[in-house]
Amino acid sequence: MKGPEARSSTSCAACRLQKRRCTSNCIFAPHFRSDDPLKFAQVHKVFGASNVSKILSEVPQEQRDDTANSLAYEAEARLRDPVYGCMRTIALLQRKRVELQHDLMLARARLAHYIASNSSQFGKGHVDMAPLSHLSPLCIEQTQSFGWNLSEFY
Amino acid sequence: MLNSRRCAACIYLRRKCPRDCLFAPYFPSSNPQRFANVHKIFGASNTSKMLTQLPVDLRAVAVDCMYFEATSRVRCPVYGCVGIITALVQQITDIQYEIAKTKAEIALYSAQQQQMSENKDSQG
Repeated sequence: MKGPEARSSTSCAACRLQKRRCTSNCIFAPHFRSDDPLKFAQVHKVFGASNVSKILSEVPQEQRDDTANSLAYEAEARLRDPVYGCMRTIALLQRKRVELQHDLMLARARLAHYIASNSSQFGKGHVDMAPLSHLSPLCIEQTQSFGWNLSEFY
Repeated sequence: MLNSRRCAACIYLRRKCPRDCLFAPYFPSSNPQRFANVHKIFGASNTSKMLTQLPVDLRAVAVDCMYFEATSRVRCPVYGCVGIITALVQQITDIQYEIAKTKAEIALYSAQQQQMSENKDSQG
């Protein structure tokens, strides 16, 4: 007959909130410690303990801390802004990125002008005017695939 | 009486879809994946609670946001849409670096140009 699971000496925040025994193999315990009850309370309110448990169990153990932290971030954002959640931050960052890309383009054009007008003195310089190739517009693609117009945030 | 046109949520939950179904306006039967993703990450109960706490005119956009976040999490279970935020922050940092670098080069060229022109004046 299978014996009872060993009880953890200190209940994690999840087990305390759910008023249950915290076992030594509790999936929540490493990521929702008892000294930070708010973290799990927020995640529980937004996603639910069952869903969080499923998400954690579906990722490799070494990535569960990052998973729990990103869930906590998302939950906090959604509780702070029940309509837009993380989307407001994404929209503002996208706007900032567009503005900076424009600034970079202007700066490069100005540098190219300097080089062109002084090529006899400085030799033929080169300004890479190509857009930064590693800056894939992943967010624009992803948000457009949802028919999402982020301009309402601007 | 079973509503012959159940919404995606009621189809998924295998229940009748009442006339005043909370989910029906936001989860049409034409897009079953929409509710499936939201249900997988947030759960029907939490979604229902969140919607009832919002004014009716804000519920559609709230569901759109939740769908985006849920789908991001389904695609990337570790980071979800927080991964997008992280990537954007990194991209912004990279562009700021490039701007600073370009401005430094402009300053260098400008200084050299000024030096050249001062030398020319002093020789003239």
